[in-house]
Amino acid sequence: MSEPKKTPFYEKHAALGGKIVDYSGWFLPVQFPQGLVEEVHDTRKRATIFDVSHMGEVAVEGKDAEAYLQKILVNDISRLKDNAIMYSPVCYPDGGVVDDILIYRLSSENFFLVVNAANTDKDFDWFQENSFGDVRLQNLSSEYAQIALQGPNSEAILQDLTEIKLADMKFYHFLSDVSVAGINSIVSRTGYTGEDGFEVYCKNDGASALWEAVWEAGQKMNLRPAGLGARDVLRLEASLPLYGHELSKELTPLQAGLNRFVALDKAVAFNGQEALKKQKQEGFSRKLFGLEMLERGVPRENYPVKVDEQEIGWISSGTYSPTLDKFIAMAFLDPETVKQTQEVSVLIRKRSYRARIIKLPFYRREQ
Amino acid sequence: MEYKVVDGVKYTQQHEWARPEGNIAVVGLSDYAQNKLGEIVFVELPDIGAAVEAGKSAAVIESVKAVADLYAPVDGTVTEVNETLLDQPELINQDPYGEGWVFKVEIKDESQLASLMDKPAYEEFIIKEEKEE
Repeated sequence: MSEPKKTPFYEKHAALGGKIVDYSGWFLPVQFPQGLVEEVHDTRKRATIFDVSHMGEVAVEGKDAEAYLQKILVNDISRLKDNAIMYSPVCYPDGGVVDDILIYRLSSENFFLVVNAANTDKDFDWFQENSFGDVRLQNLSSEYAQIALQGPNSEAILQDLTEIKLADMKFYHFLSDVSVAGINSIVSRTGYTGEDGFEVYCKNDGASALWEAVWEAGQKMNLRPAGLGARDVLRLEASLPLYGHELSKELTPLQAGLNRFVALDKAVAFNGQEALKKQKQEGFSRKLFGLEMLERGVPRENYPVKVDEQEIGWISSGTYSPTLDKFIAMAFLDPETVKQTQEVSVLIRKRSYRARIIKLPFYRREQ
Repeated sequence: MEYKVVDGVKYTQQHEWARPEGNIAVVGLSDYAQNKLGEIVFVELPDIGAAVEAGKSAAVIESVKAVADLYAPVDGTVTEVNETLLDQPELINQDPYGEGWVFKVEIKDESQLASLMDKPAYEEFIIKEEKEE
Protein backbone atom coordinates (compact mmCIF):
# COMPACT_ATOMS: atom_id res chain seq x y z
CA MET A 1 0.00 0.00 0.00
CA SER A 2 1.22 3.47 -0.81
CA GLU A 3 1.41 6.28 1.73
CA PRO A 4 -2.04 7.70 2.58
CA LYS A 5 -2.94 10.95 0.83
CA LYS A 6 -3.50 14.27 2.54
CA THR A 7 -6.65 16.21 1.74
CA PRO A 8 -6.36 20.01 1.25
CA PHE A 9 -7.70 20.37 4.82
CA TYR A 10 -5.05 18.28 6.53
CA GLU A 11 -3.35 21.27 8.17
CA LYS A 12 -6.70 22.56 9.46
CA HIS A 13 -7.36 19.27 11.25
CA ALA A 14 -3.92 19.26 12.80
CA ALA A 15 -4.38 22.85 14.00
CA LEU A 16 -7.72 21.93 15.59
CA GLY A 17 -6.16 18.99 17.42
CA GLY A 18 -7.76 16.30 15.27
CA LYS A 19 -6.57 12.75 15.85
CA ILE A 20 -5.47 11.65 12.39
CA VAL A 21 -5.90 8.10 11.09
CA ASP A 22 -5.47 6.35 7.75
CA TYR A 23 -8.95 5.82 6.30
CA SER A 24 -9.32 4.24 2.87
CA GLY A 25 -5.92 5.59 1.86
CA TRP A 26 -6.48 9.09 3.24
CA PHE A 27 -5.18 10.87 6.33
CA LEU A 28 -8.39 12.04 8.02
CA PRO A 29 -9.38 13.09 11.54
CA VAL A 30 -11.24 10.39 13.48
CA GLN A 31 -12.09 12.81 16.27
CA PHE A 32 -11.33 16.20 17.76
CA PRO A 33 -10.50 17.09 21.38
CA GLN A 34 -14.13 17.61 22.41
CA GLY A 35 -14.67 13.90 21.73
CA LEU A 36 -16.95 11.83 19.56
CA VAL A 37 -20.00 12.07 21.82
CA GLU A 38 -19.87 15.88 21.84
CA GLU A 39 -19.36 15.91 18.09
CA VAL A 40 -22.54 13.87 17.64
CA HIS A 41 -24.53 16.23 19.91
CA ASP A 42 -23.06 19.27 18.15
CA THR A 43 -24.21 17.91 14.79
CA ARG A 44 -27.75 17.19 15.99
CA LYS A 45 -28.20 20.46 17.88
CA ARG A 46 -25.99 23.05 16.17
CA ALA A 47 -23.61 22.41 13.27
CA THR A 48 -20.37 20.61 12.49
CA ILE A 49 -17.95 20.66 9.61
CA PHE A 50 -16.52 17.43 8.18
CA ASP A 51 -13.76 16.91 5.65
CA VAL A 52 -15.18 14.47 3.11
CA SER A 53 -12.61 15.10 0.40
CA HIS A 54 -11.85 11.39 0.32
CA MET A 55 -15.12 10.78 -1.54
CA GLY A 56 -14.62 10.05 -5.24
CA GLU A 57 -16.12 12.12 -8.06
CA VAL A 58 -16.76 10.89 -11.59
CA ALA A 59 -18.09 12.96 -14.50
CA VAL A 60 -20.32 11.19 -17.03
CA GLU A 61 -20.96 13.12 -20.24
CA GLY A 62 -22.27 12.42 -23.72
CA LYS A 63 -25.43 11.80 -25.73
CA ASP A 64 -25.79 8.31 -24.26
CA ALA A 65 -24.99 9.32 -20.67
CA GLU A 66 -28.53 8.83 -19.41
CA ALA A 67 -29.06 5.50 -21.20
CA TYR A 68 -25.71 4.34 -19.88
CA LEU A 69 -26.57 5.25 -16.28
CA GLN A 70 -29.94 3.51 -16.64
CA LYS A 71 -28.00 0.34 -17.37
CA ILE A 72 -25.48 0.50 -14.50
CA LEU A 73 -27.78 1.91 -11.80
CA VAL A 74 -30.56 -0.02 -10.10
CA ASN A 75 -32.55 3.15 -9.40
CA ASP A 76 -34.53 4.80 -12.21
CA ILE A 77 -32.52 7.76 -13.49
CA SER A 78 -35.28 8.78 -15.94
CA ARG A 79 -37.15 10.27 -12.97
CA LEU A 80 -34.23 12.57 -12.13
CA LYS A 81 -34.55 16.23 -13.12
CA ASP A 82 -31.81 18.80 -13.69
CA ASN A 83 -30.23 20.01 -10.44
CA ALA A 84 -31.64 17.07 -8.54
CA ILE A 85 -29.77 14.20 -6.91
CA MET A 86 -30.57 10.52 -6.70
CA TYR A 87 -29.16 7.78 -4.49
CA SER A 88 -28.60 4.42 -6.15
CA PRO A 89 -26.78 1.18 -5.58
CA VAL A 90 -24.66 -0.06 -8.47
CA CYS A 91 -24.94 -3.84 -8.86
CA TYR A 92 -23.08 -6.71 -10.42
CA PRO A 93 -25.17 -9.01 -12.63
CA ASP A 94 -25.61 -11.36 -9.64
CA GLY A 95 -27.19 -8.57 -7.57
CA GLY A 96 -24.17 -8.04 -5.31
CA VAL A 97 -23.20 -4.42 -4.84
CA VAL A 98 -20.30 -2.64 -6.56
CA ASP A 99 -20.98 0.55 -4.61
CA ASP A 100 -23.75 2.88 -3.51
CA ILE A 101 -23.49 6.33 -5.05
CA LEU A 102 -25.08 9.74 -5.56
CA ILE A 103 -25.98 10.92 -9.05
CA TYR A 104 -26.12 14.68 -9.69
CA ARG A 105 -27.90 15.60 -12.92
CA LEU A 106 -26.57 18.77 -14.57
CA SER A 107 -28.38 17.92 -17.81
CA SER A 108 -29.49 14.81 -19.70
CA GLU A 109 -25.97 14.63 -21.12
CA ASN A 110 -24.00 15.65 -18.07
CA PHE A 111 -23.94 13.86 -14.70
CA PHE A 112 -21.67 14.05 -11.66
CA LEU A 113 -21.32 10.89 -9.59
CA VAL A 114 -20.12 10.76 -6.00
CA VAL A 115 -18.71 7.40 -4.93
CA ASN A 116 -17.17 5.87 -1.81
CA ALA A 117 -13.48 6.59 -1.30
CA ALA A 118 -12.45 2.97 -0.86
CA ASN A 119 -14.33 2.01 -4.04
CA THR A 120 -13.29 4.85 -6.35
CA ASP A 121 -10.78 2.93 -8.48
CA LYS A 122 -12.88 -0.24 -8.57
CA ASP A 123 -15.97 1.79 -9.53
CA PHE A 124 -14.18 3.68 -12.27
CA ASP A 125 -12.96 0.41 -13.79
CA TRP A 126 -16.49 -0.96 -13.60
CA PHE A 127 -17.97 2.19 -15.17
CA GLN A 128 -15.48 1.95 -18.03
CA GLU A 129 -16.02 -1.77 -18.62
CA ASN A 130 -19.77 -1.19 -18.93
CA SER A 131 -19.56 1.91 -21.07
CA PHE A 132 -21.15 2.08 -24.53
CA GLY A 133 -22.02 4.61 -27.24
CA ASP A 134 -21.30 8.28 -26.74
CA VAL A 135 -20.22 8.30 -23.10
CA ARG A 136 -17.18 10.06 -21.72
CA LEU A 137 -16.04 9.16 -18.21
CA GLN A 138 -13.61 11.17 -16.16
CA ASN A 139 -12.32 10.32 -12.71
CA LEU A 140 -12.12 13.76 -11.06
CA SER A 141 -11.53 12.45 -7.53
CA SER A 142 -8.06 13.89 -7.14
CA GLU A 143 -9.22 17.35 -8.29
CA TYR A 144 -12.08 17.89 -5.86
CA ALA A 145 -12.18 18.76 -2.20
CA GLN A 146 -15.43 18.42 -0.28
CA ILE A 147 -16.81 19.83 2.96
CA ALA A 148 -19.92 18.52 4.68
CA LEU A 149 -21.65 21.14 6.80
CA GLN A 150 -24.22 19.31 8.89
CA GLY A 151 -26.78 20.24 11.51
CA PRO A 152 -29.66 22.67 12.01
CA ASN A 153 -27.43 25.77 11.87
CA SER A 154 -25.92 24.79 8.51
CA GLU A 155 -28.20 26.87 6.34
CA ALA A 156 -27.62 30.07 8.32
CA ILE A 157 -23.86 29.58 8.27
CA LEU A 158 -23.62 28.89 4.56
CA GLN A 159 -26.10 31.63 3.65
CA ASP A 160 -23.58 34.16 4.95
CA LEU A 161 -21.23 33.17 2.14
CA THR A 162 -23.39 32.91 -0.95
CA GLU A 163 -25.91 34.87 -3.00
CA ILE A 164 -28.09 31.87 -3.85
CA LYS A 165 -31.14 31.49 -1.64
CA LEU A 166 -30.49 28.31 0.30
CA ALA A 167 -33.98 28.23 1.79
CA ASP A 168 -35.23 27.48 -1.73
CA MET A 169 -32.91 24.50 -2.14
CA LYS A 170 -34.74 21.28 -1.33
CA PHE A 171 -33.18 18.17 0.15
CA TYR A 172 -31.33 16.16 -2.53
CA HIS A 173 -31.05 19.18 -4.83
CA PHE A 174 -27.97 21.14 -5.85
CA LEU A 175 -26.62 24.07 -7.81
CA SER A 176 -23.31 24.14 -9.65
CA ASP A 177 -21.10 27.13 -10.46
CA VAL A 178 -22.13 28.73 -7.20
CA SER A 179 -19.86 31.29 -5.60
CA VAL A 180 -19.24 30.43 -1.95
CA ALA A 181 -17.02 33.11 -0.44
CA GLY A 182 -15.84 33.79 -3.98
CA ILE A 183 -14.92 30.17 -4.66
CA ASN A 184 -16.61 28.34 -7.51
CA SER A 185 -18.45 25.44 -5.89
CA ILE A 186 -21.14 22.83 -6.22
CA VAL A 187 -23.58 23.21 -3.31
CA SER A 188 -25.91 20.34 -2.53
CA ARG A 189 -28.41 19.80 0.23
CA THR A 190 -27.22 16.35 1.20
CA GLY A 191 -25.38 14.57 3.96
CA TYR A 192 -24.68 11.36 5.78
CA THR A 193 -25.81 12.27 9.28
CA GLY A 194 -29.61 12.29 9.25
CA GLU A 195 -29.59 16.06 9.81
CA ASP A 196 -30.26 18.93 7.48
CA GLY A 197 -27.06 20.10 5.89
CA PHE A 198 -25.01 20.84 2.83
CA GLU A 199 -22.11 19.36 0.98
CA VAL A 200 -19.87 21.80 -0.84
CA TYR A 201 -17.47 20.66 -3.55
CA CYS A 202 -14.69 22.79 -4.98
CA LYS A 203 -11.45 22.30 -6.84
CA ASN A 204 -8.42 21.74 -4.62
CA ASP A 205 -6.96 25.21 -5.21
CA GLY A 206 -9.97 26.91 -3.61
CA ALA A 207 -10.31 24.43 -0.77
CA SER A 208 -8.30 26.17 1.90
CA ALA A 209 -10.10 29.51 1.39
CA LEU A 210 -13.47 27.73 1.38
CA TRP A 211 -12.75 26.02 4.70
CA GLU A 212 -11.57 29.25 6.29
CA ALA A 213 -14.63 31.15 5.10
CA VAL A 214 -17.06 28.50 6.37
CA TRP A 215 -15.18 28.20 9.65
CA GLU A 216 -15.20 31.97 10.13
CA ALA A 217 -18.90 32.30 9.25
CA GLY A 218 -19.67 29.44 11.62
CA GLN A 219 -18.07 30.93 14.70
CA LYS A 220 -21.11 32.91 15.75
CA MET A 221 -23.26 29.82 15.21
CA ASN A 222 -21.23 27.44 17.37
CA LEU A 223 -19.74 25.56 14.42
CA ARG A 224 -17.29 22.85 15.49
CA PRO A 225 -15.29 20.24 13.63
CA ALA A 226 -16.28 16.59 13.64
CA GLY A 227 -14.43 13.49 12.54
CA LEU A 228 -14.96 10.08 11.02
CA GLY A 229 -15.95 8.53 14.34
CA ALA A 230 -18.91 10.87 14.77
CA ARG A 231 -19.81 10.52 11.09
CA ASP A 232 -20.10 6.75 11.48
CA VAL A 233 -22.23 7.03 14.63
CA LEU A 234 -24.47 9.68 13.05
CA ARG A 235 -25.10 7.64 9.91
CA LEU A 236 -25.81 4.56 12.00
CA GLU A 237 -28.31 6.43 14.19
CA ALA A 238 -30.00 7.55 10.97
CA SER A 239 -29.72 3.93 9.69
CA LEU A 240 -27.89 4.90 6.51
CA PRO A 241 -26.00 1.96 4.99
CA LEU A 242 -22.21 1.93 4.76
CA TYR A 243 -20.53 -0.02 2.00
CA GLY A 244 -18.54 -2.92 3.43
CA HIS A 245 -21.05 -3.26 6.28
CA GLU A 246 -24.64 -3.18 5.03
CA LEU A 247 -23.76 -3.49 1.35
CA SER A 248 -21.09 -5.59 -0.33
CA LYS A 249 -20.34 -7.92 -3.22
CA GLU A 250 -22.11 -10.63 -1.18
CA LEU A 251 -25.12 -8.59 -0.07
CA THR A 252 -27.83 -7.18 -2.34
CA PRO A 253 -29.68 -3.86 -1.91
CA LEU A 254 -32.89 -5.83 -1.29
CA GLN A 255 -31.32 -7.60 1.67
CA ALA A 256 -30.25 -4.20 2.99
CA GLY A 257 -33.87 -3.03 2.79
CA LEU A 258 -33.18 -0.48 0.06
CA ASN A 259 -36.21 -1.52 -2.00
CA ARG A 260 -37.30 2.02 -2.74
CA PHE A 261 -33.99 2.62 -4.53
CA VAL A 262 -34.29 -0.55 -6.61
CA ALA A 263 -36.45 0.04 -9.69
CA LEU A 264 -37.02 -3.62 -10.47
CA ASP A 265 -39.56 -2.82 -13.19
CA LYS A 266 -37.51 -0.18 -14.94
CA ALA A 267 -38.35 -0.09 -18.69
CA VAL A 268 -34.76 -0.89 -19.69
CA ALA A 269 -32.62 -3.78 -18.56
CA PHE A 270 -30.00 -2.97 -15.92
CA ASN A 271 -27.12 -4.77 -14.27
CA GLY A 272 -28.48 -7.08 -11.60
CA GLN A 273 -32.14 -6.85 -12.69
CA GLU A 274 -32.75 -10.55 -13.28
CA ALA A 275 -30.94 -11.64 -10.13
CA LEU A 276 -32.73 -9.07 -7.98
CA LYS A 277 -36.14 -9.97 -9.42
CA LYS A 278 -35.46 -13.60 -8.67
CA GLN A 279 -34.31 -12.79 -5.15
CA LYS A 280 -37.41 -10.74 -4.52
CA GLN A 281 -39.59 -13.68 -5.52
CA GLU A 282 -37.67 -16.38 -3.73
CA GLY A 283 -36.73 -14.41 -0.63
CA PHE A 284 -33.44 -14.58 1.23
CA SER A 285 -32.03 -16.04 4.40
CA ARG A 286 -30.58 -12.80 5.75
CA LYS A 287 -32.20 -9.37 5.82
CA LEU A 288 -31.30 -6.13 7.57
CA PHE A 289 -33.01 -5.35 10.89
CA GLY A 290 -32.50 -2.87 13.68
CA LEU A 291 -31.51 -4.02 17.16
CA GLU A 292 -31.60 -2.30 20.50
CA MET A 293 -29.72 -3.83 23.40
CA LEU A 294 -31.84 -4.65 26.45
CA GLU A 295 -28.70 -5.15 28.54
CA ARG A 296 -25.69 -2.89 28.60
CA GLY A 297 -23.15 -4.09 26.03
CA VAL A 298 -21.68 -2.71 22.82
CA PRO A 299 -22.85 -4.66 19.77
CA ARG A 300 -20.07 -4.54 17.19
CA GLU A 301 -19.54 -5.64 13.62
CA ASN A 302 -19.55 -9.41 13.03
CA TYR A 303 -20.79 -10.38 16.49
CA PRO A 304 -23.17 -13.35 16.10
CA VAL A 305 -26.90 -12.95 16.83
CA LYS A 306 -28.75 -15.89 18.31
CA VAL A 307 -32.20 -17.13 19.26
CA ASP A 308 -32.26 -20.13 21.62
CA GLU A 309 -28.60 -20.96 20.92
CA GLN A 310 -29.37 -21.01 17.19
CA GLU A 311 -27.27 -18.52 15.19
CA ILE A 312 -29.61 -16.41 13.06
CA GLY A 313 -27.22 -13.78 11.68
CA TRP A 314 -24.61 -11.15 12.43
CA ILE A 315 -24.20 -7.50 13.40
CA SER A 316 -23.18 -5.36 10.42
CA SER A 317 -22.72 -2.09 12.36
CA GLY A 318 -23.23 -1.30 16.01
CA THR A 319 -22.48 1.44 18.48
CA TYR A 320 -23.42 3.37 21.55
CA SER A 321 -25.86 6.04 20.38
CA PRO A 322 -25.25 9.35 22.18
CA THR A 323 -28.48 10.81 20.76
CA LEU A 324 -30.70 8.00 22.04
CA ASP A 325 -28.47 6.97 24.96
CA LYS A 326 -28.90 3.36 23.87
CA PHE A 327 -26.78 0.63 22.36
CA ILE A 328 -27.97 0.03 18.81
CA ALA A 329 -27.02 -2.12 15.85
CA MET A 330 -28.00 -3.04 12.36
CA ALA A 331 -27.90 -6.78 11.79
CA PHE A 332 -28.49 -9.25 8.99
CA LEU A 333 -30.91 -11.81 10.42
CA ASP A 334 -33.08 -14.68 9.30
CA PRO A 335 -36.42 -13.03 8.45
CA GLU A 336 -38.41 -16.17 9.25
CA THR A 337 -37.08 -16.28 12.81
CA VAL A 338 -37.75 -12.57 13.25
CA LYS A 339 -41.40 -13.18 12.33
CA GLN A 340 -41.63 -15.55 15.31
CA THR A 341 -39.73 -13.57 17.91
CA GLN A 342 -38.66 -10.01 18.57
CA GLU A 343 -36.20 -10.97 21.26
CA VAL A 344 -32.71 -12.13 20.33
CA SER A 345 -29.30 -12.26 21.94
CA VAL A 346 -25.98 -10.86 20.81
CA LEU A 347 -22.84 -12.82 21.58
CA ILE A 348 -20.25 -10.35 22.90
CA ARG A 349 -17.01 -12.24 23.50
CA LYS A 350 -18.20 -15.23 25.54
CA ARG A 351 -21.46 -13.92 26.95
CA SER A 352 -24.91 -13.47 25.48
CA TYR A 353 -26.61 -10.10 25.90
CA ARG A 354 -30.34 -9.63 25.36
CA ALA A 355 -31.55 -7.39 22.54
CA ARG A 356 -34.78 -6.75 20.69
CA ILE A 357 -35.70 -6.03 17.09
CA ILE A 358 -36.76 -2.44 16.52
CA LYS A 359 -37.92 -0.56 13.47
CA LEU A 360 -35.38 1.40 11.42
CA PRO A 361 -34.37 4.20 11.39
CA PHE A 362 -33.26 4.52 15.00
CA TYR A 363 -33.27 8.28 14.67
CA ARG A 364 -35.29 10.59 12.45
CA ARG A 365 -34.99 14.35 12.72
CA GLU A 366 -38.08 16.43 13.34
CA GLN A 367 -39.06 18.17 10.14
CA MET B 1 -3.06 15.94 25.64
CA GLU B 2 -3.28 16.50 29.38
CA TYR B 3 -3.15 13.65 31.84
CA LYS B 4 -2.36 12.99 35.48
CA VAL B 5 0.20 10.53 36.77
CA VAL B 6 -0.23 10.08 40.51
CA ASP B 7 2.03 8.88 43.30
CA GLY B 8 1.35 5.86 45.48
CA VAL B 9 0.49 3.49 42.63
CA LYS B 10 2.52 1.29 40.30
CA TYR B 11 2.05 1.31 36.54
CA THR B 12 2.25 -1.33 33.83
CA GLN B 13 3.35 -0.87 30.22
CA GLN B 14 -0.27 -1.47 29.18
CA HIS B 15 -1.31 1.56 31.28
CA GLU B 16 -2.93 -0.16 34.24
CA TRP B 17 -2.25 1.10 37.72
CA ALA B 18 -2.12 -0.98 40.93
CA ARG B 19 -2.37 0.46 44.43
CA PRO B 20 -1.21 -1.82 47.25
CA GLU B 21 -3.51 -1.99 50.29
CA GLY B 22 -2.03 -4.65 52.56
CA ASN B 23 -1.95 -7.90 50.60
CA ILE B 24 -4.55 -6.56 48.15
CA ALA B 25 -3.90 -4.49 45.03
CA VAL B 26 -6.58 -2.14 43.70
CA VAL B 27 -6.40 -2.05 39.90
CA GLY B 28 -7.54 0.53 37.36
CA LEU B 29 -6.75 2.27 34.08
CA SER B 30 -4.37 5.24 34.02
CA ASP B 31 -5.60 8.74 33.26
CA TYR B 32 -3.44 8.77 30.14
CA ALA B 33 -5.06 5.58 28.85
CA GLN B 34 -8.65 6.63 29.59
CA ASN B 35 -7.96 9.90 27.78
CA LYS B 36 -6.71 8.07 24.73
CA LEU B 37 -9.61 5.66 24.73
CA GLY B 38 -12.25 8.40 24.86
CA GLU B 39 -15.74 8.21 26.29
CA ILE B 40 -16.06 4.85 28.05
CA VAL B 41 -19.48 3.27 27.59
CA PHE B 42 -19.07 -0.29 28.81
CA VAL B 43 -17.01 -2.35 31.24
CA GLU B 44 -16.86 -6.12 31.51
CA LEU B 45 -15.68 -7.12 34.99
CA PRO B 46 -13.98 -10.34 36.09
CA ASP B 47 -15.80 -12.75 38.40
CA ILE B 48 -15.04 -12.57 42.11
CA GLY B 49 -12.78 -15.48 42.92
CA ALA B 50 -11.36 -15.65 39.41
CA ALA B 51 -7.64 -16.28 39.11
CA VAL B 52 -5.93 -13.59 37.07
CA GLU B 53 -2.46 -13.71 35.64
CA ALA B 54 -0.04 -10.81 35.23
CA GLY B 55 -0.12 -9.53 31.64
CA LYS B 56 -3.31 -11.44 30.78
CA SER B 57 -6.68 -9.82 30.14
CA ALA B 58 -8.77 -9.54 33.29
CA ALA B 59 -11.44 -7.01 32.25
CA VAL B 60 -12.64 -5.29 29.09
CA ILE B 61 -13.17 -1.57 28.72
CA GLU B 62 -15.01 -0.19 25.71
CA SER B 63 -15.31 3.31 24.37
CA VAL B 64 -17.65 4.22 21.52
CA LYS B 65 -15.05 3.27 18.94
CA ALA B 66 -12.69 0.86 20.66
CA VAL B 67 -12.48 -2.32 22.71
CA ALA B 68 -9.55 -2.43 25.15
CA ASP B 69 -8.39 -5.19 27.46
CA LEU B 70 -7.45 -4.35 31.01
CA TYR B 71 -4.55 -6.64 31.87
CA ALA B 72 -3.90 -7.87 35.37
CA PRO B 73 -0.78 -6.18 36.75
CA VAL B 74 -0.01 -9.14 39.04
CA ASP B 75 -1.00 -12.77 39.54
CA GLY B 76 -3.72 -13.35 42.11
CA THR B 77 -7.35 -13.91 42.98
CA VAL B 78 -10.05 -11.31 42.38
CA THR B 79 -11.56 -10.32 45.73
CA GLU B 80 -13.81 -7.45 44.72
CA VAL B 81 -15.06 -5.71 41.58
CA ASN B 82 -16.37 -2.18 41.11
CA GLU B 83 -19.98 -2.93 40.20
CA THR B 84 -20.81 0.77 40.02
CA LEU B 85 -18.98 0.79 36.70
CA LEU B 86 -21.65 -1.41 35.15
CA ASP B 87 -24.07 1.51 35.24
CA GLN B 88 -21.53 4.32 35.30
CA PRO B 89 -18.55 3.28 33.17
CA GLU B 90 -17.80 6.98 32.67
CA LEU B 91 -16.36 7.01 36.21
CA ILE B 92 -13.17 5.70 34.62
CA ASN B 93 -13.03 8.89 32.55
CA GLN B 94 -13.97 11.15 35.42
CA ASP B 95 -11.89 9.69 38.25
CA PRO B 96 -9.54 7.00 36.92
CA TYR B 97 -7.48 6.66 40.14
CA GLY B 98 -10.45 6.87 42.52
CA GLU B 99 -14.10 6.08 41.84
CA GLY B 100 -13.06 4.52 38.54
CA TRP B 101 -11.11 1.61 40.04
CA VAL B 102 -11.95 -1.69 38.33
CA PHE B 103 -11.13 -4.65 40.58
CA LYS B 104 -9.15 -5.76 43.62
CA VAL B 105 -6.81 -8.70 43.61
CA GLU B 106 -5.13 -10.66 46.38
CA ILE B 107 -1.42 -10.45 45.68
CA LYS B 108 0.40 -13.75 45.31
CA ASP B 109 3.92 -12.50 44.80
CA GLU B 110 4.99 -9.09 46.19
CA SER B 111 7.96 -8.91 43.85
CA GLN B 112 5.67 -8.61 40.82
CA LEU B 113 4.29 -5.34 42.15
CA ALA B 114 7.76 -4.05 42.99
CA SER B 115 8.89 -4.61 39.41
CA LEU B 116 6.24 -2.27 37.97
CA MET B 117 6.91 1.40 37.15
CA ASP B 118 6.67 4.21 39.66
CA LYS B 119 5.47 7.74 38.78
CA PRO B 120 8.70 9.12 37.21
CA ALA B 121 9.32 5.91 35.26
CA TYR B 122 5.75 5.86 33.91
CA GLU B 123 5.92 9.53 32.93
CA GLU B 124 9.04 8.80 30.97
CA PHE B 125 7.44 5.72 29.44
CA ILE B 126 4.46 7.73 28.14
CA ILE B 127 6.70 10.38 26.60
CA LYS B 128 8.67 7.67 24.83
CA GLU B 129 5.51 5.96 23.60
CA GLU B 130 4.08 9.26 22.34
CA LYS B 131 7.23 9.87 20.30
CA GLU B 132 7.00 6.49 18.67
CA GLU B 133 3.48 7.18 17.39
